[in-house]
Amino acid sequence: MRSYNINKEKEIVQTRNLISANMNSNRLMIYIEKAMPKILFVIALLSILTTIGIVFVLITETVDFFQRISVVQFFTGKTLKPLSQNPEFGVLPLINGTIISSVIAMLVAGPIGMMTAIFLSEYASDQVRRVMKPILELLAGIPTIVYGFFAFTFVTPLLREFIPELGATNILSPGLVMGVMIIPMIASLSEDAMSSVPNAIREGALGLGATKLEVTFKVVIPAAFSGIVASFVLGISRAVGETMIVAIASGSSKNFTFDLTQSMQTMTAYVVEVASGDAPAGSTLYYSLYAVAMTLFIFTLCMNILARYVSRRFREEY
Amino acid sequence: MKYIEHELVYKRMKKRILLNYLLKILFFIATLFGVFVLAVLIYRVLADGIGYLNVDFLTNRLSTEPDRAGIMGAILGTLWLMAVVIPITMVLGVGTAIYNELYAKKGKLQSIIETNISNLSGVPSIVYGILGMTIFVKTLSFGNVVLAGGLTMSLLVLPIVIVSSQEAIRAVPNDLSEGSYGLGSTKWQTVKNIILPAAIPGILTGSILALSRAIGETAPLVVLGIPALLIPFPSSLFDRFTVLPMQIYYWTLDSSLVSEYANLAAATIIVLLVMLFALNSVAIVIRNKFQRRY
Amino acid sequence: MDFKILTGLDKEKEAIDRQLVFTTQDLNLWYGETHALKNINLPIYEREVTAIIGPSGCGKSTFLKTLNRMVELVQGVHTSGRIEYRNRNIFDKNFRVEELRTKVGMVFQKPNPFPKSIYDNIAYGPRIHGIKNKEILDQIVEKSLRGAAIWDEVKDRLKESAYGLSGGQQQRLCIARALAIEPDVILMDEPTSALDPKSTLKVEQLIQELKADYSIVIVTHNMQQAARISDRTAFMLNGELIEYSDTDSLFSTPADQRTEDYITGRFG
Repeated sequence: MRSYNINKEKEIVQTRNLISANMNSNRLMIYIEKAMPKILFVIALLSILTTIGIVFVLITETVDFFQRISVVQFFTGKTLKPLSQNPEFGVLPLINGTIISSVIAMLVAGPIGMMTAIFLSEYASDQVRRVMKPILELLAGIPTIVYGFFAFTFVTPLLREFIPELGATNILSPGLVMGVMIIPMIASLSEDAMSSVPNAIREGALGLGATKLEVTFKVVIPAAFSGIVASFVLGISRAVGETMIVAIASGSSKNFTFDLTQSMQTMTAYVVEVASGDAPAGSTLYYSLYAVAMTLFIFTLCMNILARYVSRRFREEY
Repeated sequence: MKYIEHELVYKRMKKRILLNYLLKILFFIATLFGVFVLAVLIYRVLADGIGYLNVDFLTNRLSTEPDRAGIMGAILGTLWLMAVVIPITMVLGVGTAIYNELYAKKGKLQSIIETNISNLSGVPSIVYGILGMTIFVKTLSFGNVVLAGGLTMSLLVLPIVIVSSQEAIRAVPNDLSEGSYGLGSTKWQTVKNIILPAAIPGILTGSILALSRAIGETAPLVVLGIPALLIPFPSSLFDRFTVLPMQIYYWTLDSSLVSEYANLAAATIIVLLVMLFALNSVAIVIRNKFQRRY
Repeated sequence: MDFKILTGLDKEKEAIDRQLVFTTQDLNLWYGETHALKNINLPIYEREVTAIIGPSGCGKSTFLKTLNRMVELVQGVHTSGRIEYRNRNIFDKNFRVEELRTKVGMVFQKPNPFPKSIYDNIAYGPRIHGIKNKEILDQIVEKSLRGAAIWDEVKDRLKESAYGLSGGQQQRLCIARALAIEPDVILMDEPTSALDPKSTLKVEQLIQELKADYSIVIVTHNMQQAARISDRTAFMLNGELIEYSDTDSLFSTPADQRTEDYITGRFG
């Protein structure tokens, strides 16, 4: 014991000296320390650059497009014939197709997603939840091209058994499948919103003899309302931006109609069609790509900002 | 005077309880709907594709004749794409996350950067395709090669990597970094030795999910003009390439002409789903293995 | 005892009173708009245990964390006044904060071992300060663990995760981790508040032993603890230093009415 402690006194001097010697000699470390924040800052700026890139590319080319086709003509034109001898560039058929497919999708995803969220958040036991949530994640992780295949080779033929006038390409089938694709998104975001409602509130209502159903609709959903709205807004944004399902299963007819059995084109599918054909750079057709993409970008951006605004108001409540 | 008619309450209560029970069943059925569709989808894909899945199919080159068609080129293309996406998103994504969480002063510029990142994650993938086509394919004249596809996909999934890495870093308790600072370590030493190692499981999980997104994504590549032709296997960043989803896309489109193409598409989907499933399993293993209590 | 090797020196110091490690002159600190420390003047002496007591929110932890500038990890903190560590202004630009923290170590309220092995926890400090030699590291690890009275409990499991230890062992491990870089001062921020009574006792004994080699400043909400282990005690209230004297007289004959109210349990 004694000898050990004597050594200890010696070593104290030794280690301290080692450290202070290193501290004075290690210039490199100081340089790294000064350089790292700057390097990381430059990297972080890249996200800004991406946005600037997107906006810049879209704006410059869209401006070119609108020098050839007037804005009014573009947004009010009911016919889109980009490839004909006398091309017409009215975007309404695309907007129509986009809205119809998104509405169909939301009619599927909204109620089913919502009911799933209610079941998982309010009724399901922990075990059921532990099984169901990964399955939903799996559903969300399937690439959209697979859903496209499913819509085209399975859902459409199946629907045609019941609706004989349904076209081989039509807006109904991809709309429905898109709905299935969006279910997990609405379910999990709404479930998050509902499970973050404090239990005390639920218990208060249950203690008065309310059933779970009443608690859900009169207490939980009102309290989680903005989170639920945000999930719907994001769902719509997702539906509007979805590409491969409609590109495969809805065909490329630029019909301006409300007949769900017909082929229609969405904005995204139009971009796919034009980009995979050989649109000569500089042609009006080529520039129309950017005008449509710009419309798409602005729309989804607004939806995302709206969703964030809504859910931020929700956060303030507790 | 009686305020509460107990008889009435009792009658209504029966109704209320019944309604609660019925709707519970309805909600449960709705929940099962997703599972049901998933099961049908997987069944269809397997039924259509499994018969066409064999060694020849995996190793052959692409062909217009269904009997001889193979997807080796697309598998290699997908691997090449991963080889570009992984390093770029890891460096840029984790770097940005470190900056945002640990270095940035919470100010106006910072809130612009973070809002911007979350907005970027909501931009439709096809818009990234347009960006990639304009900048990488045309302006920088790479052409529709591995590098252009990889860079485009990297930009697409970068927001996912950033957001999940930031969450992983935020989840590292402050105690740990305080312990490190208290011993006189510098900021970067603390980041490198304490915070990043503790956050790495979360970062990896998020990055793997982002990578699976990149592997399954089709739309941007269509816009880039990625072909599904009889092209040679890619062997450098500047070679043309195709990927599994593109193959599925073209075969599905043409299945109305040659019905066997639908089977080929299904077989390719099986390969793609197996790859994604493997990646996700790795993510889950990492998550479970490294789950730490602090 | 064995520590008497330095007693020759010590006697000299005691003759001119003990030497100062820290002097604090008119220290003020704000968290944004909140005035958390008000005109603190508090000298800290070498090889003593200085306890800081006071009700929660009185600024005692803030003051402790100011001594090694850990407080600056919180955003929006600014200070005025002067703190000198061995006659060097700790806010001076030439005095790097890493150097200060190497000399002024810290043990935290909650045991916070790193998610590494026991060995790597102890070796972390020496390693970041450039000590790479395996033999030296081995020596340092053993000596630090012995110094924190935990060597016998962990010597067979040095490669195992530190999370396998009990809370009290983890806290002594954290003390060992602080000892490994041989600081001059050790700051302890309520080091026993998360521990059970038995572990608390062990840590208190340890503090008594450590005082032979180190100057210790300990923040505690436990007055008995302060009375048991400290040589001097400071009482703080609402960001002000109310009273500071040697522990015996502070507890037996407090000069200020507020101190008396606090130590007799009339508030806080």
